[in-house]
Amino acid sequence: MECGVFHTDYRTDIGLRRVPAERVRLGLFAAALLVFPFLASPYWLNLANQIAIATIGALGLNILVGYTGQISLGQGAFMAVGAYTSALLTLRLGLPWGVSIVAACLATAAVGVFFGLPSLRLKGLYLAISTVAAQEIVEWIVTHWSALTGGVEAVVVPAPQLFGRRLNTDFGFYWLGIALAGVTALFTANLFRSRIGRSFVAVRDQDIAASVIGVNVFGTKLLAFATSSFFVGLAGALTAYYRNIISWERFTLETSVLYLAMIIVGGLGTIRGSLFGAALITLLPAMIATVGRELQESAPAVAALLPSVQQAVFGLVIILFLVFEPEGLSKLWRNVKDYFYVWPFAYRRGEGR
Amino acid sequence: MDQFLQLTVAGLGTGMIYALAAVGFVVIYKASDVINFAQGDLLLFGTYLTFFSLVQIGLPWTAGVLLTMLVAAAIGLAVERAVLRPLIGEPIISMIMVTIGLSSILRAVVHGIWGPQPRTFPSFLPEGEVMLGSAVIGADRLVAIPLALALLAGLALFFRRTRSGIAMRAIADDQQAALSMGISIPRVFATAWALAAVTAAIGGIMLGNIVGVTPNVAQIGLRVFPVVILGGLDSIRGAVVGGAIIGLLEFYAGGYIGHGLNLIVPYAVLIVVLMVRPYGLFGREIIERV
Repeated sequence: MECGVFHTDYRTDIGLRRVPAERVRLGLFAAALLVFPFLASPYWLNLANQIAIATIGALGLNILVGYTGQISLGQGAFMAVGAYTSALLTLRLGLPWGVSIVAACLATAAVGVFFGLPSLRLKGLYLAISTVAAQEIVEWIVTHWSALTGGVEAVVVPAPQLFGRRLNTDFGFYWLGIALAGVTALFTANLFRSRIGRSFVAVRDQDIAASVIGVNVFGTKLLAFATSSFFVGLAGALTAYYRNIISWERFTLETSVLYLAMIIVGGLGTIRGSLFGAALITLLPAMIATVGRELQESAPAVAALLPSVQQAVFGLVIILFLVFEPEGLSKLWRNVKDYFYVWPFAYRRGEGR
Repeated sequence: MDQFLQLTVAGLGTGMIYALAAVGFVVIYKASDVINFAQGDLLLFGTYLTFFSLVQIGLPWTAGVLLTMLVAAAIGLAVERAVLRPLIGEPIISMIMVTIGLSSILRAVVHGIWGPQPRTFPSFLPEGEVMLGSAVIGADRLVAIPLALALLAGLALFFRRTRSGIAMRAIADDQQAALSMGISIPRVFATAWALAAVTAAIGGIMLGNIVGVTPNVAQIGLRVFPVVILGGLDSIRGAVVGGAIIGLLEFYAGGYIGHGLNLIVPYAVLIVVLMVRPYGLFGREIIERV
């Protein structure tokens, strides 16, 4: 695997892919992604698309929470801004979907900066509480400014087209979804190899020390809010185009909690973790629902309990990860790698004493 | 004038329930610096426990309320021991997420056992309406106000006079000093959670009387944030005053302006307070500034 890799200069040490094994794994993963849609059933394609969108959203949230240490419970609100901006721009102004997605990302970034302003004076849990307020305020605007957003009614989004083909089919959207998720992951990876990204991490680890070495703490936080919201807005806009129909119920505080759960379960401040967490939190309820359909015939009483089971399992997964593996799935992945790193000559605790 | 009186009493009544929810929140924050996102679900649990003991077992209401409080205290202790203690000293995000996970589980348990349909239990607050001048006011709300105030006063007395109350304040002040004076921190944390669960249960019982036994009770949990931020995160007096102000504002905004503005006013207040005076009306001014 990764034995005998010694970096002899800085260029390789900070490289995007530091060891050849990573290239191989990434290549295999990409190949699997390319083959997948031709083999998978529509059910699995649908799940894959949801995971792609969730990965983008989770990466965005991770930039803010995992890398910069600013806790945000406003994810649902930011996704709502992205979704409604793109939907309304296409619907009312007839802009092409590509343009309106970019506009939606920029609009969400602006809203993110606005709600990031309290971070000038607040941090930690006070900031977290102020983002709860942001969430409630945006939700209220969406449901009460009916002239613009249609209020509590759902908004039907025109189907996106590319080369004369509809993109909101499971198969068509898949390519858009994984391409954008890939770009987002690459951007995030490169961001944290750059000076700007490093300053995000410096602010997270110790803001006073960061300001001493010349990082503009407030500006960095706002930039983190903007970058994060940009991708969260992208996830929101993609949700709108994929679902064809959006309503405020999709972007409540529960959505914020869902995404926070993804990055906690996956691993704060890791790119791989965002993908793992998005996949787990998306697949878990789907799996439980499948079990529910199986049980519908034989044990309808148990099947009726399944929504509660879904919710309980969701809470339990969060708590178990926090108590037993706070670094999440990405740490588990590293443990597996470490095990094979020196396999079969693993050092075991207590041996050879 | 009539409308004003009605709105005032209704607002104060709701405000006192907010205060009961907020006090549990403040007790936990004071003792252990944990923001409890599950406060609303503890309330929900209290409501349904009362429904269970009054209707499903058929206990008289004194015994039923006592049973509810005992079970709530036991749940508080269990939660602290199983979930919170392993996380002492972890970053804030872990604390927030763990209480969110807890809230999800509590809600799932309530939903799984009792289902989504609204229920009622026999009211032990007086029913009917009272004429105050020419304003019509629900008697239950009128009684709920002094009842809640008495409970809150009792709690304040607990913090001033009793041994464990003083121990809790000592830990809030300086953990290390408290530890070297022989105060057991885990025990105080456990007491704090039990106390929070019990006050939430009492709030839940009153809510069950006024708005009925429905899953919506849990939404009060979010209303707690404006209340505690306005009053000051670590102040019981603040929770009471903050609860009253937020309750009143909500009803005045809803009654005089409308447009669903009552839903948003508390959060607008929250943001303004956070920007201008983050430690709230009565909180201690030790908030970390950036």
